[in-house]
Amino acid sequence: MTKGRALKFGDSISTDHIIPGRFAHLRSNLPELAKHTLEDARPGFASQVNPGDFIVAGTNFGLGSSREHAPLVIKMCGIQAVLAKSVARIFFRNAINLGLPILICDTDKINDGDELILDLASSSVKNKANGVTLTFGKLPGVMLKILEEGGLLNYIKNHGDFEL
Amino acid sequence: MGKTLAEKILSTKSGTDAKAGDIVVCGVDLVFVQDTTGPLTVRQFQEGHFPRLARPENTVVFLDHASPSPSSGFANDHLLLRQFSRAQGAVLSEVGDGISHQIIAERFAGPGDVIVGADSHTVTAGALGAFATGMGSSDIAVAMALGKTWLRVPETFKVSVSESFAPLVGAKDFILNLIGTLGADGATYKSLEFSGEALFNFNISDRLTISSMAVEAGAKVGIFPSDVVTMAFLDWRGRGKDYKALQADSDAEYERVLNIDLSQLEPMVAKPHTVDNVSPAGDVKGVKINQVFIGTCTNGRLTDLELAAKLIKGKKRHSDTRLIVAPASRDVYLSALKEGYIQTLVEAGATVTPPGCAACLGVHQGVLADGENCLSTANRNFQGRMGNPKSFIYLASTATAIATAIAGEIVDPREAI
Repeated sequence: MTKGRALKFGDSISTDHIIPGRFAHLRSNLPELAKHTLEDARPGFASQVNPGDFIVAGTNFGLGSSREHAPLVIKMCGIQAVLAKSVARIFFRNAINLGLPILICDTDKINDGDELILDLASSSVKNKANGVTLTFGKLPGVMLKILEEGGLLNYIKNHGDFEL
Repeated sequence: MGKTLAEKILSTKSGTDAKAGDIVVCGVDLVFVQDTTGPLTVRQFQEGHFPRLARPENTVVFLDHASPSPSSGFANDHLLLRQFSRAQGAVLSEVGDGISHQIIAERFAGPGDVIVGADSHTVTAGALGAFATGMGSSDIAVAMALGKTWLRVPETFKVSVSESFAPLVGAKDFILNLIGTLGADGATYKSLEFSGEALFNFNISDRLTISSMAVEAGAKVGIFPSDVVTMAFLDWRGRGKDYKALQADSDAEYERVLNIDLSQLEPMVAKPHTVDNVSPAGDVKGVKINQVFIGTCTNGRLTDLELAAKLIKGKKRHSDTRLIVAPASRDVYLSALKEGYIQTLVEAGATVTPPGCAACLGVHQGVLADGENCLSTANRNFQGRMGNPKSFIYLASTATAIATAIAGEIVDPREAI
């Protein structure tokens, strides 16, 4: 079980919010790129994160581009998992491939700054601020394995191929 | 029970009886990267210790997003991608060749193909009957190395069309209207399958416009069946052998069916900052526009440049409205030069930028100032998309765009031209 603070966002946070095209020239300089994570949606985000914090969002988080830099810079900032009501398809797959958990649940019961306790084994998050426990669904088998093995590259190293 | 287009293609490619909800492993017919996702893909390929590409001749590296390079950072990314292509034997599409999705339509995609690319608008190739979807760099690195990927077989929304468009109304208005109906996440994880007696009203340019924006409703793919229009296009491109018959079964199972009467559609505009924030162009008329952009994988084809040139011939852009035009590919550019469309546009006050993604993604060739409004034929109007989070992007058809460039403010092209 791991603790962290909630950093709250609204609906429709796009990949252009997470890491805008105007910083695309930094894509091969990842530490510098990560400093700009989500700054158009929440100025100063990267410097506000304590390791282990959570992004807590509304619907359709991560819509837009296929840029894997989006979950990558979120992870580099120290975020341990993204909680959202729903997540766009490519972002979802990219996050799992990098070992960043995506937890789909009703995030209305979490406020900015609330302390959360994540229990992946029981698929639940407890909000210490109000005592509410939220549960989230299990991933499809192949995605769960990829996440548990630390991402897609580790999974392929371990298995040499996809095993369904 | 019969099969949808997605189920048919993935059954064939996986060698299983694939139904919606199944997870399958499929061979891929084409895998590609572009210059903003390619460097991370190369990094992941190296980190995975993959020795070589599974099929170099079916692996393409496109330099289209920041092309020609606007900075040393991009120039070094291009250098890395050229070196990787050379070392691995991948096909390299150079600066000036054009947008990946347009070149894939011209040279690679065909009915029944599985295409994966490190770009969300990979869905564009669905216009030619391909199961084509965008993925991130890790997935694409693995697809390049193994020649295959895993896919969840999507449920399908059938979009059935009837009748024909009114003048100056077309494919862009159709897809903006559909995204407005579905919502920006209304088709998340789904296949959008286009169907109906009136599909012959959509030429391949129209179909590419529609499929390219399937992802803006969250969809995994936007697929057309193959027909005489597909066959004629492939013949014209010298690829008649790539044609295959591809039709959904009449008893296929659909999660949702939408029926759209094309004759009832009108010119549509998506307002800032989401693609599903749509309204008829007439409802936003009078909004002052600082820049009109005609181009991209959605509307940068010869049919767009032809329409734009015909509508603006003998007129000028408004003195307060910049007009930027970017042909989608070298072939489009050459044809537009030959037909005189480029000359007409330049005489009318347009700036023509090189074939590529150009101003769409906010790295160069048309970044907006604080508080400025752009009306664009692209596919995304997210905050910050065109390089400045303090600017505003409206999306519309080429007809609405050129009429707006002449008027200096948003107009309904049926009233203005």
